[in-house]
Amino acid sequence: MTATYTLDAGEIRKLFPFFQPHPEMRSVVYLDNAATTQKPYAVIEAVSHFWAYQNANVHRGGHGAGAKASELYEAARARVAQFVNAREPAEIVFTRGTTEAINLVASSWGETFVKAGDEIIVTEMEHHANLLPWMRLAEKQGAHLKVWRITDDGRLNLEALDCLLTERTRLVAVSHVSNVLGTVNPVAEICQRAHASGALCLVDAAQSIAHMPVDVQAIDCDFLAFSGHKAYGPTGIGVLYAKRALLESMPPYQVGGGMVQMVRWERLVWSEPPAKFEAGTPPIGEAIGLHAALDFIDSIGRDAIERYEHELTEYALARLQEVPDLRLYGPIPDRAGIFAFTLGDIHPHDIATVLDTRDVAIRSGLHCAHPLGERLGGSTARASLAIYNDTQHIDALIDALHEVRRVFGQARV
Amino acid sequence: MTTLNELYQEIILDHYRQPRGRGELAPPKITQEGFNPSCGDEIILDLRVQDGRIQEVRFRGRGCSISQASASMLTEAVQGKTLEEAHALIQQVLALVKGETEGDIETLGDIAALAGVRHFPVRVKCATLAWHALEEALKQVEQQGLTR
Repeated sequence: MTATYTLDAGEIRKLFPFFQPHPEMRSVVYLDNAATTQKPYAVIEAVSHFWAYQNANVHRGGHGAGAKASELYEAARARVAQFVNAREPAEIVFTRGTTEAINLVASSWGETFVKAGDEIIVTEMEHHANLLPWMRLAEKQGAHLKVWRITDDGRLNLEALDCLLTERTRLVAVSHVSNVLGTVNPVAEICQRAHASGALCLVDAAQSIAHMPVDVQAIDCDFLAFSGHKAYGPTGIGVLYAKRALLESMPPYQVGGGMVQMVRWERLVWSEPPAKFEAGTPPIGEAIGLHAALDFIDSIGRDAIERYEHELTEYALARLQEVPDLRLYGPIPDRAGIFAFTLGDIHPHDIATVLDTRDVAIRSGLHCAHPLGERLGGSTARASLAIYNDTQHIDALIDALHEVRRVFGQARV
Repeated sequence: MTTLNELYQEIILDHYRQPRGRGELAPPKITQEGFNPSCGDEIILDLRVQDGRIQEVRFRGRGCSISQASASMLTEAVQGKTLEEAHALIQQVLALVKGETEGDIETLGDIAALAGVRHFPVRVKCATLAWHALEEALKQVEQQGLTR
């Protein structure tokens, strides 16, 4: 291979403790980044520093440490707003993750504005996080859930959307990048078409946020959700972006401390967004960790990340197609670095186990997208890339896949 | 023997390639489904119970080599067993794949080959899928008063 790469992943791995030699740990080729990414020192240290020296509750304490914690927490919100190009920090609500962000929209916005006979459009490739809240909402409200089917090569056809949209459509829920197929969906065009028909659009950016520029104003989505832990940040922190006017119109999700201005027996006055949607003590250390994670991403540069991961994706696609009996799902070549595949009749779980014994970490199964799994014919094995992977990792995967074929050489059922 | 060879013993691959007891029974029967939601494996067990014994058992479903081989072994092992014997066997198998006991070829036969699963904690659920379904099926048997 003589191709040159625009980024040195070996240098980036030095920024992660996970990739340093450790007496109690085996060195792993980590290709399960769509599930969660590893954490750089910078994130671990930011979180650790907060817990060690700055810990206090936010927006409450009559003391300096409380004020400092509040400042750090709000600085994290402002950083997220800047990262996704929101108009103001008040459009950013912190949640536990993508799942909670979408559940918040389904409960608060959905139960207020979606009426019996209305329609919600979801795509066939959605993760359960962007599917089950809408299935449940439709059932509760007596609304119709319409499924936007994918093409055989794993894409969404915009003309098919036009056929689904009607004046009763309230929302189109779509992932930016499929967590199984790696499809990069044209979310700006989808939002435009939804809006033209009077519907809103929610974008699940869990699989795109760490891998390409995500600009909520350019996309013009009404809601966008993502998780910190798939973007080099901590678990337990996620983001809901929503247009200010929508947040103003929505009732609270959970109620309790920190989201109310006045409580009398006969009257309640909720706080302004985003506080209105953040009942209880928020994940403060996790928000600070997310801030550090976004700084880490921007220190490399999102254009540089997208370019490098695209180069690595091209390499992976070429090498995967060398493996006999390997069937790759999703679009080729235009896609993100997520590769769902099967290998002859060998069950994906068996593939993952053999790879694990070769210290190559991938995922197998239905990837929390059961309807898509049905469409693809069952479970798949999935390898997924991040900024610290390189061609040697792909080579290790390919070698291990040949080993799988040797172990199961005769397997036929 | 490497841990990988221990997991994928010839006996297991043989049950996977040529499953015993695959199919379904005509009614009357007890039917029990078992799912492993993360990997999409599913097993459907059909039991015919008479005079306090499992007279016949069949399985359908799809899944990895371990889950399918384990179900295949189950159909051979519990055929003709009393309900008490079946309960005891379930406990033995669960303990075996979790590494709590060693496999005894004398009493377990082919099932002893499942012992290799103990080195692969993420695969324990595959090996136990059919046995947990059997556990649930036996509850149905009791609820329907078929214990005698």
